[in-house]
This record gives sequence, structure tokens and C-alpha cells, in this order.
Amino acid sequence: MSNRVINILVPIISIIIGLIVGAIVMVVSGYDPIQGYSALWTGIFGDSYSIGNTIRQITPYILAGLAVAFAFRTGLFNIGVEGQLILGWLAAAWVGYAFELPKIIHLPLALLAAAAAGAFWAFIAGFLKAKFKVHEVIATIMLNYTALYIANAVIKKLSDGSFKTERVLESASLRSPFLRELTDNSSLHYGILIALLMVVVMWFILEKTTRGYELKAVGFNQHAAEYAGMSVNKNVILAMTISGMFAGLGGAMEALGTFQNASIKAGFTGIGFDGIAVALLGANTPLGVVFGASLFGSLKYGALNMPNAAGIPEEIVSIIIALIIFFVASGYVIRVGLQKLSKKKEGQ
Amino acid sequence: MKKRKFGLVLSSVLAASAILGACGTKDEEKPAKDNASSGDNNTEETFSVAMVTDVGGVDDKSFNQSAWEGVQAYGKEHNLKKGKGGFDYLQSASDADYETNLNNLLRRDFDLVFGIGYMMADAVEAVAADNPDKHFALIDAEVKADNVVSILFKEQEGAFLAGVAAAKMSKTGKIGFVGGVDIPVINRFEAGFVEGAKAVNPDIEIQRNYTAAFDKADLGKIAANSMYSSGVDIIFHAAGATGNGVFSEAKERKAKDPNANVWVIGVDADQYDEGKVDDKTNVTLTSMLKGVNSAVVDFSNKAKNGEFPGGTTVVYGLAEDGVKLADSRGAIPADVQAVIDEYKQKISSGEIVVPEKVEK
Repeated sequence: MSNRVINILVPIISIIIGLIVGAIVMVVSGYDPIQGYSALWTGIFGDSYSIGNTIRQITPYILAGLAVAFAFRTGLFNIGVEGQLILGWLAAAWVGYAFELPKIIHLPLALLAAAAAGAFWAFIAGFLKAKFKVHEVIATIMLNYTALYIANAVIKKLSDGSFKTERVLESASLRSPFLRELTDNSSLHYGILIALLMVVVMWFILEKTTRGYELKAVGFNQHAAEYAGMSVNKNVILAMTISGMFAGLGGAMEALGTFQNASIKAGFTGIGFDGIAVALLGANTPLGVVFGASLFGSLKYGALNMPNAAGIPEEIVSIIIALIIFFVASGYVIRVGLQKLSKKKEGQ
Repeated sequence: MKKRKFGLVLSSVLAASAILGACGTKDEEKPAKDNASSGDNNTEETFSVAMVTDVGGVDDKSFNQSAWEGVQAYGKEHNLKKGKGGFDYLQSASDADYETNLNNLLRRDFDLVFGIGYMMADAVEAVAADNPDKHFALIDAEVKADNVVSILFKEQEGAFLAGVAAAKMSKTGKIGFVGGVDIPVINRFEAGFVEGAKAVNPDIEIQRNYTAAFDKADLGKIAANSMYSSGVDIIFHAAGATGNGVFSEAKERKAKDPNANVWVIGVDADQYDEGKVDDKTNVTLTSMLKGVNSAVVDFSNKAKNGEFPGGTTVVYGLAEDGVKLADSRGAIPADVQAVIDEYKQKISSGEIVVPEKVEK
């Protein structure tokens, strides 16, 4: 069996196995899996409204996935996407309502602010890693909490004691009446174009620039990269900063598109942590991240329709969705299985 | 090789379809029945009602649960079934789900949809604007739209009575308030409680703590622990499921030392069962009831009879029986109860006006 066939077969088989195990869970707990899965399907692709909202859900996942994947390629584990995203969210919302500018300046400015906020937060972790060898996992986890509570405190201050900021102005909004009309009043916004543009940007940086080559080299082998005359420290800081920039933009999608404001959060959004899984599912490649995010976003959004249309309780739905993702993520097992199968055949 | 692989794929697909197929036939009767019944319902022109919870969920033992009980009571009254054409709820896992859940219910043609909680205001406003021919009711927040009725409660009046009860019953002269998120609704609870306590004992010490969450019992437990440890003997919580932690802390203390003087005042629903340590001991002093359930039933019936007061804001206070204290089951002695009743009269008649905000 050629590698290409295996590459295509592995995700398909893993999804099928995930669906089957999910079906078993539904049967055991007394629900009809066909009804359940058709509810999931219509929840994702049922009508233009669902499709619009599914794409909206995928958008921040793409950016969170890119953030994790980019750091991974340089050998860094950026767990801090969540915190970087929250600060990007806040920055975009603030610029979005605090300034009155024409759209052509305002929207890019809000996006830039979000990217800068995320980049700065990741830069701290990158700097600590490069200068003082503070492990980036610990630094970013802790920075997540500081980001969450700093954002909450700032929102409270900005809104005079309320729990959310003012709505972003029309000139900074990613939403458009056209997209709403097209998708039957869903909250689809233009953010998906920005997310896809960033996919291209990441591919370009990694594959087409000298800097990207250096970043990857550091990721493959730090010592070899250093021996070859590359500055490991500089590349570590740079990789974290760019990674944080993607994460901050992910926050901007929520601020300028989905929610149109920033509100106090009792806990993490989960998008940043899901971004880790998205990146791993996508094998840390830009295009892979798009697929991973699509899977995550679709399942996450479509699952909302399962209690609605099939009467399956949220708890069971969460188990099923987790199982599907689990099997997709453990695709390696299936890959090994398939390879053994084909080797045996060749041996005969 | 190719043949064998194909066989493997084929057999796994067959296995899958066999499993799926078997389940399908087994349960097919059920949806068919449901369809039939909902069809019947439609011919009788039933009025279907549904609600969307905030992040607490319908088993939060307070606010959302109370609303869901109201929806269920309405359904029972009119012989409706859970599901399309009857009554139902959707739970929101995060604030991103509010709009989707509201829209999903509209797509299933529910005649009246309730948004439960202050946090839902934006979502209800947006969805109501997109669907001018549908009816909405929003609890705890105000939205100005012709197809939305806003239902508010004077929590401060009920909380005032809770404050009176706490200040009268406290032996240490220290009482506590555990709030959920620091938002106007919860501020009303706090203001009423503080005002009520000070009315009967101007020197009382009141510790206040906002946990910033409605769904984190662990934070409630920590807050209660520090309060009880510093000598507070009665805690009033207005924190949804976070308040369950206050109960568990009080119960643990009571279980360890039966003479411990710790009490909790519950919120929204009668939380007597929450405070049960064993058959004889209970740490629930009383609960401040918020008539979310009766308001839900009330408005569902009004809407059913075509008297939906869209565009208005309705406020329930002590005078309207929208807020009150629950039966203390003997925990509050008669003389204290007399004082509480006296204040209840004064507030109902308008002699005392309870402020909505704590002066800081």
C-alpha cells in the first residue's frame, strides 16, 4: 500500500471507528444513534444558518491551531494560546469601540492591536525561555491565568463596574449584513477570510523565507542550528511572538465578529486549549490545521443540535464528541496497523 | 493485497451498518409515536413553551432549575409533552451558545421562548430583532422590543427580610454574603441584605465576597470557609450553583461538631434539602424565594390566551408575592418571625423603600 493511500485512509477509518464507538455509547445509554448522528449532521450542514455558524465556530480554531503549530515547528510548546487569545480579544474590543475612524483604518487597527497584545503576551514567555531558560510550558500556563484575570479587571474598569465592554463600532466590525442575509441571520463574519489569509502567511514564513528555515532548523535540533551559526535565542523569541500574534488574532475574531464586545469570563474559553489538539490533528502544517479546525469546529457546533433535535443529554453528547476526536487523534495506531497489514502482504 | 484490504474495509462498513441498522429499527417506534402526539397537539392548537438556560444548567438547584420547574408545571397544566410542540429547554455550555440555542428553539416553532438570566439580554435582543413575529420573555434583564417582555424581581426586598432574619439570629454579630458575578441583579441581593441587617442591628459586621462565577461550587466553599473561620455564623448566598459550596462547607462543620452554630440562607428556590446534614439537623435557616417558576407559568398562560404584554417590563416584589422567605421549619423562633413580618408589611405598603445598590 502506498504512503499516499495510507495517508488518506487513516483519518477516514479513524472517524468511522469514532462514530461507531459513539453510536455504541448512544445505544447503551438508550438513545437512537441514527437520530443522534442525523441531528449532528443537520446541526453542521442542515441549512445555510447552520453552515454559517459552523464556519464562524471554525474561524478562531484555525488561528488557535496555527498559533500552537507555529511554536511547535520551532520546538516550543505554547500552552499559552488561551491567555494570548483573551488579551487579543480585549485589545480588539477596546480599539473597536474607543476610537472613531473610517472602516479602512479602524478595522485593521483593531486587528493589529489584537495581534500585538497576543504577541506581547507570548513574547514574555519567549523572552524568559531565551534569557533565563524558564520552561515555556510553565511560563505560558501561568500567563494564562494572569491574562484571564487582568482582562476581567480591565473590562470591569472600562465598563464602570459592568460585566462587558461597549459594543464595537460598525467601522471595526467584521460582521456584514450581506453575510447575515446569505446565511439566514447566522453570526458568520468576514473573520474566516483573515484566518485563511493567516494560513497562507504561516506557510509562506515557514516554507519560503530564510527566517522560516532557521525557525524550523531550531525546532529540529537546537544544537545543530547553533553550530550552523543561527541564534537559537533570537529564534525562540521570534517564534513565540509570531505564535502569539496568531492567537491574538483568534481573540479578535471573537471580539469583532462573534460577540462584538469583550465580557468578564468566569473561566477559560477553551479555544486556546482546543488549539493544541487542532494543531496535533493537523500534524502542525498550515493546511492540516485548517482540516483539524474544521473537524473541531463542526463537531463542537453541530453537537448543540443533538439535545435539540434528538433529545440526547449534553453529557452524552460531550462523551461522543470526545470519542470521535480521540479516535482521530489516535490515528497513529491505525497507521501502524495498516502498514503492518501491507508489509505482511509484501512478505508473502 | 488490494483485495484483502478491500475486504477489510467492506466488512467493517458492513459491521457498522449492521450495528447502526439494528439500533434504528429498535427505536423507530418511539419517534413515530412522538410525531403522532405532536401532530395531535397541533390540531388542538396548543401553545408550546421553551427556555434557554445560561451556563448554570437546569440542575443548578436554584435559578435555572426554578425556571425549568415553571415550564414543566405549565406543560403539566396543559397536558403537553416534552419536545416539539410541547415544552423543552436547551442548556448553554458557554455564552457563545445563547443565540444558537434561541434560534434552534425558534426553528422548532415554539410559541414562546424564555431567556433565563441577565447574561442572555444581548442574545435575546438580537434574536428578537431578527424574528419580529416570535415571542420572547427575558428574566432578570430588560430589553426594549415589541415582542419581548422583560421580567424583573425586586430581589432587594426579599433579601432585606433575609438580612433581618440573619441579624436577629446571629450570635456572634457577624454575618456573611457570598455573591456570584458582580452584576446589578446580585448587587440587589447584597444591598437588600445589608440594609435589612443594619435595620435591626446597626453595629453588625457584614462580610461580603463575590466569587465571580455562578457555576463553581469550590469557590463558594472557600469563601464560606474563610467566613465561618472568622466567626461569621450565618451566610446568605446569591450565587447559583456556586452557593452549593457554601452549603457543603456548613454541612461539614455541622457534621464534625453538632453544636457548631453555622447557618446558610438559601436563594431563588427553597434550599431546605440542600442543608440536610441528617434527619434531625439542617443548616438551612430559610431561603429567599424568587418566584421565577410562578412568573414563567404566569406569562406562559398570558401568552397562550393572547394577552402577551410585549414591550413591557414587569416587576415582581414583596407586594406581588414575587419574592419572599421560605418556611424556616422551626429554625426561626416566633419572636424573630414577628419582626420579619413587621418589616414585610412596611415594605409591601411602601413605607420602607429598599435601595437597589449598596452605597460604597
